Amino acid sequence: MANPSPQHAGIRIKNLYKIFGQRPSAHVEAVKNGMTKAELNEKHAHVLGLRDINIDMPAGCIQVVMGLSGSGKSTLIRHINRLIDPTAGEVIIDGDDVCKMNENELRQFRRHKTAMVFQKFALLPHRTVLDNTVYGLEIQGLSRTKQEEQARRWIERVGLKGFEDNYPNQLSGGMQQRVGLARALTNDAPILLMDEAFSALDPLIRMDMQSVLLDLQKEIKKTVVFITHDLDEALRLGDRIAILRDGEIVQQGTGQDIVLQPADEYISSFVKEVNRGRVIMVDTIATTGATPPDLGSVTVKSGTILEDAAKTMTDANQQYATVVDESGKSIGVISMNSLIQAMVTPISHLSAAAE
Amino acid sequence: MDWFYSFPNMNDDTLRNLKKTMDEGFKAFTRSYGDVIETFFRPLQYFLIQAEKFMTTTPWPIMIVLIAGIAWLASRNWKIVGGTIITLLLIGYFDMWSDAMKTIAMIFVGTVVSIVVGIPIGIIMARSDSFQRLVNPILDVMQTMPSFVYLIPVVMLLGIGKVPGLIAVVIYAIPPMIRLTNLGIRLVDKDVLEAADAFGSSSWQRLKNVQIPLALPTIMAGINQTIMMALAMVVIASMIGVQGLGQPVLRSVNGQFFSLGLFNGLAIVGIAIIFDRVSQAYGKRLQKHQEVVHG
Repeated sequence: MANPSPQHAGIRIKNLYKIFGQRPSAHVEAVKNGMTKAELNEKHAHVLGLRDINIDMPAGCIQVVMGLSGSGKSTLIRHINRLIDPTAGEVIIDGDDVCKMNENELRQFRRHKTAMVFQKFALLPHRTVLDNTVYGLEIQGLSRTKQEEQARRWIERVGLKGFEDNYPNQLSGGMQQRVGLARALTNDAPILLMDEAFSALDPLIRMDMQSVLLDLQKEIKKTVVFITHDLDEALRLGDRIAILRDGEIVQQGTGQDIVLQPADEYISSFVKEVNRGRVIMVDTIATTGATPPDLGSVTVKSGTILEDAAKTMTDANQQYATVVDESGKSIGVISMNSLIQAMVTPISHLSAAAE
Repeated sequence: MDWFYSFPNMNDDTLRNLKKTMDEGFKAFTRSYGDVIETFFRPLQYFLIQAEKFMTTTPWPIMIVLIAGIAWLASRNWKIVGGTIITLLLIGYFDMWSDAMKTIAMIFVGTVVSIVVGIPIGIIMARSDSFQRLVNPILDVMQTMPSFVYLIPVVMLLGIGKVPGLIAVVIYAIPPMIRLTNLGIRLVDKDVLEAADAFGSSSWQRLKNVQIPLALPTIMAGINQTIMMALAMVVIASMIGVQGLGQPVLRSVNGQFFSLGLFNGLAIVGIAIIFDRVSQAYGKRLQKHQEVVHG
């Protein structure tokens, strides 16, 4: 590839609209001027898929797009590699607008810049694990030796060594999705699109696959776009999260932003069920006021989640701990009391307490 | 009220003239283009004659070994190979060897032509809805029109002989090939196709790597049907001079020879069963990956 730093491709989605129906472009203006999804459906029998989507996905981060079914999340991810054509708007990657590419440019873009993992795995049933994994490189026209070299590395990395010659339907769902992941990674594209990649797996396997992904991401640092309907998954994986409802973005931010300041009732109702101790960081509740008399020598690093801080403190049998930044400088103090409060208190009270 | 009881049909003279014009028109067409069309089909004739020559001049033991070998390569099943050898020995013992070989040559060429012509048409149909709308009624006509009716223009154009017989066989046998190729490709899992697109497949790569392999079981069923239908045409084709097992059957109908008809009929059945079992076993073997399922 000519691009000197292919691993640094951020994605910028600007004013993206998608309308499904016979003549979508005829109704874009009306939608831009505020026509609602229901009105559009009633008056013109067109379905509003996405309305004015703006997301900046920084390179090398995991961007989660969360929403319930029908929210347009799968439609959105398919705009990034243009499996679905937008009605209006731009998807800019490396300075190029994906929506303006011609057929050939688009094919080259898909081959070299993106790789995708699917909810239903979408493996080729007549090919072995190895032959599935090389698919992306095969259609790029690489030599078979090179294809296999890459593929075998990733098959081993996702934990499928020894299964190279098995067919997909000899494997369990979790293993099939590992093949899907290996296939995407073998492509070595800077952007990894994951469409509800773990939703079809049972909870334990799903946790396991999340760990695999987080582990890999430390090493590969790709721009990952991850679609999910599960807030716990979103909070666990996402560096940034965008929440989609009825084709519109309701809130964007880090997991902590969303848990601490849900934008509306809809998000609050999701957030209610979340294990806050695993999302909120100590920085949020650290106070810089008077030093408590029995402050011990326990320190926790900035960015630690409450649950881990609580464990450190109980292990040391201390009521207080100092929060320190990377260089070890104190940035505040937390108490066991405030810790427990933050883990259980509803949002409105918490933001008052943190002031 | 006369029109109520007897259908107010076209004027007799007009109808007669219409038929006459059509007949004369077609005859004129035959006179001016018959030679061109015959030249066009010459490669086919050559192929057919070579196949028949090979089948009939090769000594019978070699032929049996050859056919049994093909049956083994395709099916990897000793029962099928055994059945094939026994059927062939019986056919030879009842003095139908050379006719059977001619028939097999005909079926073989007819099937090859049907596959070569039918699969591309099926693929185009699967890609274009408008082409499908165009071809479907034509296939309906091909399957339901009594074969004698389309034998008339074929014989007028090409005379009596092998090639018109082959064309009749192909017209009758090709529709399942086209239909099942189209159906197979249209039924390919949309998710897998989407994945192929997402990795940047060209449309040829999509076809070669995803659509054809996943449609293969259906396409194999189409080939199997085509072979069976081609065999069913053997007797009718014998009416326009195609040699083989159909000829004695035709003779026995005319002369009321029960046993002659029965033996040749059973030989056709025997060949049909060989073709059917071998092609089905081969189709199944191609799908080996579907047999082993994760518990």
